[in-house]
Amino acid sequence: MILQALFFYLFSAITVASALMVIGSRNPVHSVLFLILAFFNAAGLFLLLGAEFLAMLLVVVYVGAVAVLFLFVVMMLDVDFVELRQGFLQYLPVGGLVGLVFLVELLLAFSGWVFAPELVSQPVTPIPPLATMTNTAAIGQVLYTHYIFFFQIAGFVLLVAMIGAIVLTLRHKPNVKRQVIADQVHRSQIVEIHTVEPGKGI
Amino acid sequence: MDIATLPSLTPFLPELILGVGALVLLMVGVFSGARATSLVSTLAVLVIIAAGLALLFKTPDGETFNAAFVLDPFARFFKILALIGSGFAIVMSSSFIKREKFEHFEYPVLILLATLGMMLMISANDLISVYLGLELQSLALYVVAAINRDSEKSTEAGLKYFVLGALSSGMLLYGASLVYGFTDHTQFAGIATALAAGPISTGVVFGIVLFIAGIAFKVSAVPFHMWTPDVYEGAPTPVTAFFAAAPKAAAMAMFVRALVGPFGPAIGEWQQVVTFIAIASMVLGAFAAIGQTNIKRLMAYSSIGHMGFALVGLAAGNEAGVQGVLIYMATYLAMTLGSFAVILSMRRNGKMVETTADLAGMSRTHPVTAFIFAMLLFSLAGIPPLAGFFAKFYVFLAAIDAHLYALSVIGVLSSVVGAYYYLRLVKIMYFDEPVAAFEPMSGELRVVLGLSGAFVILFVLFAGQIGAVAGLAAKTFF
Repeated sequence: MILQALFFYLFSAITVASALMVIGSRNPVHSVLFLILAFFNAAGLFLLLGAEFLAMLLVVVYVGAVAVLFLFVVMMLDVDFVELRQGFLQYLPVGGLVGLVFLVELLLAFSGWVFAPELVSQPVTPIPPLATMTNTAAIGQVLYTHYIFFFQIAGFVLLVAMIGAIVLTLRHKPNVKRQVIADQVHRSQIVEIHTVEPGKGI
Repeated sequence: MDIATLPSLTPFLPELILGVGALVLLMVGVFSGARATSLVSTLAVLVIIAAGLALLFKTPDGETFNAAFVLDPFARFFKILALIGSGFAIVMSSSFIKREKFEHFEYPVLILLATLGMMLMISANDLISVYLGLELQSLALYVVAAINRDSEKSTEAGLKYFVLGALSSGMLLYGASLVYGFTDHTQFAGIATALAAGPISTGVVFGIVLFIAGIAFKVSAVPFHMWTPDVYEGAPTPVTAFFAAAPKAAAMAMFVRALVGPFGPAIGEWQQVVTFIAIASMVLGAFAAIGQTNIKRLMAYSSIGHMGFALVGLAAGNEAGVQGVLIYMATYLAMTLGSFAVILSMRRNGKMVETTADLAGMSRTHPVTAFIFAMLLFSLAGIPPLAGFFAKFYVFLAAIDAHLYALSVIGVLSSVVGAYYYLRLVKIMYFDEPVAAFEPMSGELRVVLGLSGAFVILFVLFAGQIGAVAGLAAKTFF
């Protein structure tokens, strides 16, 4: 138990510290690297909770895809982040005020929040308890059966995103030579191939 | 471990046709290249017709996918509207595609996918299906808005719509998560029982309000309407015609189903919010449209106003109100499609023109078109005995039934103000000196204009039947 608590504080401290560094560091590449560190530590927190599927998902999706994408954007686009931040102080008072008002409202709304007694004593477990089944297996059992509809529609949403990316960015420029494999293969029937013995020539 | 039984697919048949059709057409387009746009458009219309026929004759009412999807008379009514809107939008774009060299075969495919999203939204019976349907529809719409990627305005429209749309989806999701957290259900039936069971907690009210904010964006109701004029103006005109019709109907269907169905027991909490949104939309729609000179922007403000009128019926929250919303959306769809058929035919010297001054003297250069357009404008203004009058009549009657007198009075007054800019267009067409004539209208636009004109003028003869069908659909919830 004490070990778990120690790891919890370790992971959460590093998460918070690296999250601060993400917005604090001057070099955008450093920001992205700190973001990756934050994701890894958040994944560690999930592991401590026994949610190993979410932990792996976080690493695969956020570190593997999102952060790498960020890195690409940061390195390939010449964005001057110092210039982007110039308006920051100017908008800080208004933005901060709006955020503060919303925070106070949420606090007012939720300060009277009490859990129903049966909820605390008997937490709702839609999935089998950890002892009988890992949660990866539990998700696997319902994802393609009970939630097949949502799964398929999510697939359609991703398809639309893909079509959209292609429609909006793919350009067929004229005068660009492309590799046409069929032509290359076809060439073997036109071009003769001779085996040349070394030192003799044709 | 038991093997899951296959869910019943019969109520899902129209969606299945649309989904598979979209995938097949995508393949057709990819393999026959950019010149296939016309072919893919034709096939897309056929797919929509097939889905409509399946919906009318082959699909029984019922729930499926563990009650995540429901088909009832209400859903059927709105699905037919959505299919009509999308189908005509594709038909109306065909001459535009030819003339403007607008060669993206993805355009009809994306419209099909957006339609699939709309159908899922209309049938959504679970917070997760609401979100997925909405996102499928919206993502396709963002892309379609920016599809003319060489035009700065179109790109701006797409980007603006995307950023604001993502924000509104976020609000909707936050609201949905609060509702789920406080009621312990994502399914509509479960939420309704949980809300009916006891006092409604503040958390749920927060959730419902955020949920309403998210949907209000999609129906472009004030104060979430900012994107509408810019997107309408920036997007290519056939795309605007599509935006104005089917997605509005689908979002309104979801709005009604969510508020009257699962959130029905909390009517005391949301009624004032919807009343405010309705009043603000009607008033802004009426006043902001007065100064517009671009006809697409004018139609945008007009649509904001009309959404306000439709929401009057929802604010009433009773059976008559829902019936009013159904009739309103049906007539709005017909009027919008007809008006955009005219706007799409505004071409001079091989270019689209879109200012109101370009309509000058249309009564002499194109007498029939001008007459039907005038009828559509009278109907949009709500002048009897045209369809628009009956639509307004039903929603206001419901509002008075529900004792929302202030709402009704403000609504009628703002419809008087709104009549000004519709009548101004009629004046420009009939009394101003003619400028050069437009190019002749293409065949399919004539058909759409004729159909919508006939609907608007002859509505009075069928008002009883249409009212009865809408009444049957409204009974779903009561």
